[in-house]
Amino acid sequence: MRKNGVKMIKIKAKDVDVFYGKKQALFNISLDIEENQVTALIGPSGCGKSTFLRCLNRMNDVIDICSVKGEILINDFNINDKSCDVVRLREKIGMVFQKPNPFPKTLYENVSYGPTIHGIAQSKQEMDEIVETSLKKAALWEEVKDRLHEPGTGLSGGQQQRLCIARAISVRPEVILMDEPCSALDPIATAQIEELIDELKKEHTIIIVTHSMAQAARVSQNTGFFHLGQLIEHGSTDKIFKNPDNKKTQDYITGRFG
Amino acid sequence: MNLILFTFIVLLGFTSYYFGRKKAYTIQSTKKRLTALPQFYGYYLAIWCAIPAFIIFSLWAIFEPTIVKLLVLSDYSNQGYLDDELNLIYEKTKALSRGQFTGEITPFIEASAEKYLSLRSIAQSSKVVIVLSAIIASVAYAYKRISSNSRTREPVEKFLNAVLFTASLAAILTTVGIVFSLIFQTIDFFKVIPLFDFVFGTHWYPAKAFVRDSSEALDPTMYSDTFGAVPIFAGTFFIAFIAMCVAIPIGLMSGIYLAEYASTKVRQYAKPLIEILAGIPTVVYGFFAALTVGPFLKELGTSMGLEVSAESALAAGGVMGIMIIPFISSLSDDVITSVPQSLRDGSYAMGATKSETIKRVIFPAALPGIVGSILLGVSRAIGETMIVVMASGLAANLTFNPLESTSTITAQIVVILIGDQAFGDPKTQAAFALGMSLFLVTLCLNIVALRVVKKYREKYE
Repeated sequence: MRKNGVKMIKIKAKDVDVFYGKKQALFNISLDIEENQVTALIGPSGCGKSTFLRCLNRMNDVIDICSVKGEILINDFNINDKSCDVVRLREKIGMVFQKPNPFPKTLYENVSYGPTIHGIAQSKQEMDEIVETSLKKAALWEEVKDRLHEPGTGLSGGQQQRLCIARAISVRPEVILMDEPCSALDPIATAQIEELIDELKKEHTIIIVTHSMAQAARVSQNTGFFHLGQLIEHGSTDKIFKNPDNKKTQDYITGRFG
Repeated sequence: MNLILFTFIVLLGFTSYYFGRKKAYTIQSTKKRLTALPQFYGYYLAIWCAIPAFIIFSLWAIFEPTIVKLLVLSDYSNQGYLDDELNLIYEKTKALSRGQFTGEITPFIEASAEKYLSLRSIAQSSKVVIVLSAIIASVAYAYKRISSNSRTREPVEKFLNAVLFTASLAAILTTVGIVFSLIFQTIDFFKVIPLFDFVFGTHWYPAKAFVRDSSEALDPTMYSDTFGAVPIFAGTFFIAFIAMCVAIPIGLMSGIYLAEYASTKVRQYAKPLIEILAGIPTVVYGFFAALTVGPFLKELGTSMGLEVSAESALAAGGVMGIMIIPFISSLSDDVITSVPQSLRDGSYAMGATKSETIKRVIFPAALPGIVGSILLGVSRAIGETMIVVMASGLAANLTFNPLESTSTITAQIVVILIGDQAFGDPKTQAAFALGMSLFLVTLCLNIVALRVVKKYREKYE
């Protein structure tokens, strides 16, 4: 389908419908996500892009009235199948939220949270290493290495968000979902996170929901445009931004509605 | 008479409000801009009606009886009566004037009673005249002020401020008054009973103090070994401990269930049901403990070959624990629910299960509130009276066997203060000393609770 056929498909969504009670939020979404690429999901508020993101690690399970239909294949395994172990799934698919949400614990405990509950580290020393590597990958190590045992909530907003990224990558997930990770941050912190995203895609597949078209253009290789619960168009970011097929996409990109 | 006058003044207040507002509308109709909304003009006038009435009523209530008494008794001033005798004469006069005097009526007292009645009626009518003229004068003054469209909003706001301040002052002063009366009575008590005997004595037997004839001289040595508070302090904490052993686990677990596991529908019914427990009067819990749980435990114990008192600490503490469950469950439900959803999402997204999330993230975050709710429960357990009076026995045994009967501070205060009291008697003052100790204990608990909450809040927020 794509011009670059050698890219591996990491996630394959087929005919995904999502309902909140009786209200349908997503209609027939089919979307392929390429491995080790950044895929941006854009669209006006309430269009369902965050809902779709939350389907990918079954976070919609938390909401009582929410039901998901259709297939989502990750490594050719349908995660909506009954045999899917949500705990293992979420170990493989990390998530970073809109508002930085570090736990009310120390920096160290925040990063070691995932490895602890998944029993990844065998010794204290190994855990120390995981914490250090994760913080280094999240470009936070230099700033916090002397205060690992202070509360994570004492950091600035941008640092907190990088801490949340460190927490997410501590279990070496294959995919990282980011739900508007920069919307609560200032431009400098945003630039740092964007730089980080570019670095992280070497080892992880990244899907990012964003309201900022400029951000989507800067960080992503592929883009999907959602509108009123439908996936209007998806393709390479270059194509979507320069030469979209759909008029709605064109209008949204150029800021004529939203 | 006073009621009619009062109603009339209230009506006057409403009328003033009405006229004030009406005046404002007339000013407005002349195309002048008002300095405040029309109702402020009304309030302003009503306040000027209420203040003089209130001041004069208060002054009258304070001074009228004294002045009337002075005038009535002035007839007797040169006849060499003692103060006590004069007071007696005055009481007789008042009784006669009400037609309730049953003794021998002397012409002197009859004359005084007539004088008393005439003075009262003069006072009453002059009160009416003075109050009404003061109101008319002040309302007229205020009306003149609003006619010139001067400011009304600021005075009204200031008045409201003053009223609210007075209300809070009344609450604070009452509290201070209670604490001081506790302190002074306690000091008097410790003048007779050495503090050491009270704090470290192991015999509490206030009944011994009942036998003293009040005409006998006070002999401190007869109270040695009477007011040793150790058994009742021990009993208080022991019963509170049993209560918390019941209330903390059940309350906390039901709070966690309601906040995290229960579906909306279950929560909708379960929460009010649990809160109904909090609405049951403690006296009902009391006879439940005394008539149902106590005998049941006794029978159960007998069938197992144990000797259980019908009024056991276990029955009282257990029922008290049930009483406290709703406090702990409801409060901890609230604090757990108020932990931000984003923390739960963060934990679930890491692959944590519900129980891991609760144990590692939600519980630590909610801990200050949970500790607070537990300490509140402890305060209630220590201060609870009815259940222990009915179900735990009144003899102060020094024991830590939950199957025996024991007594608590509150129960002993009840024992001491039932029936006739003599003020200034060590027996009565012992109640104040116990009340003081109870107050100190709960005060310390509250301070500790605040400290704990503050410490964790610094750590977690």
